[in-house]
Amino acid sequence: MSVIDTIKEQIEKNPILLYMKGTPRFPQCGFSSRASEAVMNCGERFAFVNILENPEIRAELPKYANWPTFPQLWVQGELVGGCDIICEMAASGELETLIKQVAAEQGADEA
Amino acid sequence: MSVQSTIEQKLQQGLNIRHLEIDNESHMHSGPATDSHFRLVLVSDDFVGKRLVQRHQLIYGLLSDEMQNPIHALAMHLYTGEEWQLKNGQAPQSPQCLGGSKGG
Repeated sequence: MSVIDTIKEQIEKNPILLYMKGTPRFPQCGFSSRASEAVMNCGERFAFVNILENPEIRAELPKYANWPTFPQLWVQGELVGGCDIICEMAASGELETLIKQVAAEQGADEA
Repeated sequence: MSVQSTIEQKLQQGLNIRHLEIDNESHMHSGPATDSHFRLVLVSDDFVGKRLVQRHQLIYGLLSDEMQNPIHALAMHLYTGEEWQLKNGQAPQSPQCLGGSKGG
């Protein structure tokens, strides 16, 4: 499978997906740390990919996403944004609304 | 020309700017680079009607050469004139580096 196919599959299969440096428990970058904390604070399960352990994804995703840096939050197949956007949405309450809504839809699908 | 001046020049050419702050935050980060991390506060009515992700992509587009090298991180706080007034001219600060990209 090509890297792009892997990326597409990850984005398609995970309705809430954070590409980050490190992991939510051990973030390796201040921006990734803030972003994962904001998503965790929404209280729902989410997927993450540590791009420091996936150099090919780190190299290819920025081109695919038209977004040169990490973290990147993808929700239902769409790029929501990086740290600044995630934090701004968290501050306004918009992030929790979005994440809760997607998680609820997901729960309904699985039930 | 310094990276900071290049950023400023490209943004001035590409956008109708009402307010612009560029901070070099490279000292807050690990690694040897001195022109790698920047924080941008930009107010422009070109952002009216654009979602946040589209505003950021617009800036990344204008600075695509610099994003390849040497910029490693670019924190952006992008507002329309009206949004900036509601914020009372205050944008958030950047986090401290945690060292994950050392040597990378």
